[in-house]
Amino acid sequence: MGYDLKMKVWRGDATGGDLVDYTVPVEEGEVVLDALHRIQATQSGDLAVRWNCKAGKCGSCSTEINGKPRLACMTRLSTFEEGETVTVTPLRTFPVVRDLVTDVSYNYKVAETVPAFAPEPRPADGQYRMQQVDVERGQEFRKCIECFLCQNVCHVIRDHEENKQSFSGPRFFLRYAELEMHPLDTNDRRALAREQAGIGMCNITKCCTEVCPEGIHITDNAIIPMKERVVDRSFDPVTWLGRKIFRRDQLEEAQVPQTGAE
Amino acid sequence: MAEIERHSFDVLVVGAGGAGLRAAIAAHDAGAKVGIVCKSLLGKAHTVMAEGGIAAAMANVWAEDNWQVHFRDTMRGGKMLNHWRMAQLHAQEAPDRVRELEEWGALFDRTPDGLISQRDFGGHRYARLAHVGDRTGLELIRTLQQRAVALGIEVFMECTITKLVKSDGRIAGAFGYWRESGRFVAFEAPSVVLATGGIGKSYKVTSNSWEYTGDGHALALEAGASLVNMEFVQFHPTGMVWPPSVKGILVTESVRGDGGVLRNSEGRRFMFDYIPEFFKAETADSEEEADRWYEDKTNNRRPPELLPRDEVARAINSEVKAGRGSPHGGVFLDIASRRTPEYIRRRLPSMYHQFKELADVDITAEPMEVGPTCHYVMGGVAVDPDTGESVVPGLYAAGEVAGGMHGANRLGGNSLSDLLVFGRRTGLNAAYAVVRRRAERPTISDEEIRAASEHALAPFSIEGGENPYTVQHDLQEVMHNLVGIIRTAEEMEQALTDLAALRERITRLSVEGHRQYNPGWHLALDLHNMLRVSECIARAALERTESRGGHTRDDYPATDDSWGKLNLHCRLDGEAVGITREPLPQMPDDLRELFN
Repeated sequence: MGYDLKMKVWRGDATGGDLVDYTVPVEEGEVVLDALHRIQATQSGDLAVRWNCKAGKCGSCSTEINGKPRLACMTRLSTFEEGETVTVTPLRTFPVVRDLVTDVSYNYKVAETVPAFAPEPRPADGQYRMQQVDVERGQEFRKCIECFLCQNVCHVIRDHEENKQSFSGPRFFLRYAELEMHPLDTNDRRALAREQAGIGMCNITKCCTEVCPEGIHITDNAIIPMKERVVDRSFDPVTWLGRKIFRRDQLEEAQVPQTGAE
Repeated sequence: MAEIERHSFDVLVVGAGGAGLRAAIAAHDAGAKVGIVCKSLLGKAHTVMAEGGIAAAMANVWAEDNWQVHFRDTMRGGKMLNHWRMAQLHAQEAPDRVRELEEWGALFDRTPDGLISQRDFGGHRYARLAHVGDRTGLELIRTLQQRAVALGIEVFMECTITKLVKSDGRIAGAFGYWRESGRFVAFEAPSVVLATGGIGKSYKVTSNSWEYTGDGHALALEAGASLVNMEFVQFHPTGMVWPPSVKGILVTESVRGDGGVLRNSEGRRFMFDYIPEFFKAETADSEEEADRWYEDKTNNRRPPELLPRDEVARAINSEVKAGRGSPHGGVFLDIASRRTPEYIRRRLPSMYHQFKELADVDITAEPMEVGPTCHYVMGGVAVDPDTGESVVPGLYAAGEVAGGMHGANRLGGNSLSDLLVFGRRTGLNAAYAVVRRRAERPTISDEEIRAASEHALAPFSIEGGENPYTVQHDLQEVMHNLVGIIRTAEEMEQALTDLAALRERITRLSVEGHRQYNPGWHLALDLHNMLRVSECIARAALERTESRGGHTRDDYPATDDSWGKLNLHCRLDGEAVGITREPLPQMPDDLRELFN
């Protein structure tokens, strides 16, 4: 049943750090986060790791385990051989704060730029009516637990810090797609998805979909349909004619919704 | 000492779960300058784990439903110890709060005619829970988070409040530290809303996250507020029991609401043996009737598996004690033999995923093993029902940290609605109060800041002292073993002795390393709150010599009518927790008639 697990855990801060060796007793059925907690409780009380629910529902404990982006609470030790060393390192795309904790504020800044949901007014009887099939696409996207593993693994920003200025990442393409496909939403976010979120930079390698712990089909169901809608808008002959008639800046102003509440 | 970071707000909200976010949005809408402080990243609060749904008498599925029926269910579920006015406001306002979420982007499951769908849950007369599969809490928190971000409300993430500051008897603000840097920060605000959630981390087996250390309860107590109903702790009947590392993780009540049943090792649906007199008239007494009820609620009574949580948790506890438990010390929760795999995967996707990933169990093919887990505290800060204000002027509380709404036991689904209804009310009133006192802005003195800083840094100055993780482990053992689901005077007296010893040990905590993102230090500070709250629970539980709702005494097994007229309040007197008995607020006659 139980055995002594060998681990390498990255410890350090923004100025640098190293992998530190630990040997920690573990029990049947445990996950990587259990082993990290036991290190905290018995060997290194100041080992920094984010976590909350320990049930795969909050998306706090994202790390890289043997190089793979995973939730530490959902990675069972039984997926490794008993003698295998388990290496845990912080998410590479975000700056390290300390040990396994990274500064994910980039994601929260991007979130601020997404225009709010703007529903059509309620009908006279006060009840919005939507069919289950029409909400299911959005519901798939709203399963997102904001673990940011998709952001972490996206090569547009993983190795290109400079792209963070112009690229929102898969998590927010999901958000754009969710709003765009919401049966009640009145905004048109296609121009914004291209110009501000940089959806054109995504070349659909599907890395995000592969790491999503919720199994959301990010590329197939959100990004590709959004790209198609953006293209439709850009190359639609009527829109094209419209550009010839109106001045381009007027058109952009008219179609890019405002960020904010109302 | 060096200048510390200071901020000034009209309303400071502590906590960013459902109640905190809803309060902040309401205060913002009322024109206040609002700040939110939360221990975790935004969107990670414990609300995210709520599964089943939001209870609201919208009558989308059963036209017979209305606020009076919901009110009656809530009061009876709470064994009539709820503050009637809170239960009334809650039942009346919940439907609007749900519809409002839809306006802010929430995508609830739908009925065939396109309305918000509602599901069955324990203790509710009609199918009443608005839901999104079994991840309703995620939908709720994400919707409120996105709304708060769109409104531009300022959020201080990964920041912990360690002290409330008063001046001239009123709230003046709060003091805390940034978890990332360990630096201190002061917030000056004439209104402070506590929305810090619960206390479950004081127990060994719990569905609660690390944040649930009773911070708001302890902060309020130390600021002079009183805590009501602290003896009532809810053990959710169905937590995972195996493997050990996931023991306590919640298995949603929706499994039973959607047709799942409980069986013992003999295969018997044992809940039929545990129907209390109080609920006999409305509970099915045969499996046939219980099974018919899912389709025809008019001519059949509810299955006993859907009795309120306290009843079901006690029954499971008894079955396991009698030797009829499952291999890992729980009972069997079976939906596989009763519903199709497609239905189960559609209605309970998170449960399917959770059991598959963490326990190698396919819930569409085999039963789950489940047992009670510490889930919720009914007790909390005593507040004015309409405004959410405590006896300390300027100090408000909403959500799990507030007391009174749920009485002796909370019905499933009534928590998310509680967060919304009282989050909004509290936020509005906290903002109105500031407008009324516009001229007066509180300030926090350097003296206050120096004292709070010294207290917070103490664990760094002791070498070779106690390990905070060990002390937390010992506290969890004490509360689990001695003030758990079944209680006796002797054990609780022992618990109080043990808690006193732990209080002494936390004055000698040592932490290693430095102030930057140091979980050992954070725990050392949280332990102070956990011990305060644990003492309140133990003292109140010892005082109440009867069994009722989430408080079961082996030495006083009967429910006692004379205790049904009393609430217990905990106040701090110096360092000691004092208990007072206060009469239950009197329900007006028109509401009383609903129970005839």
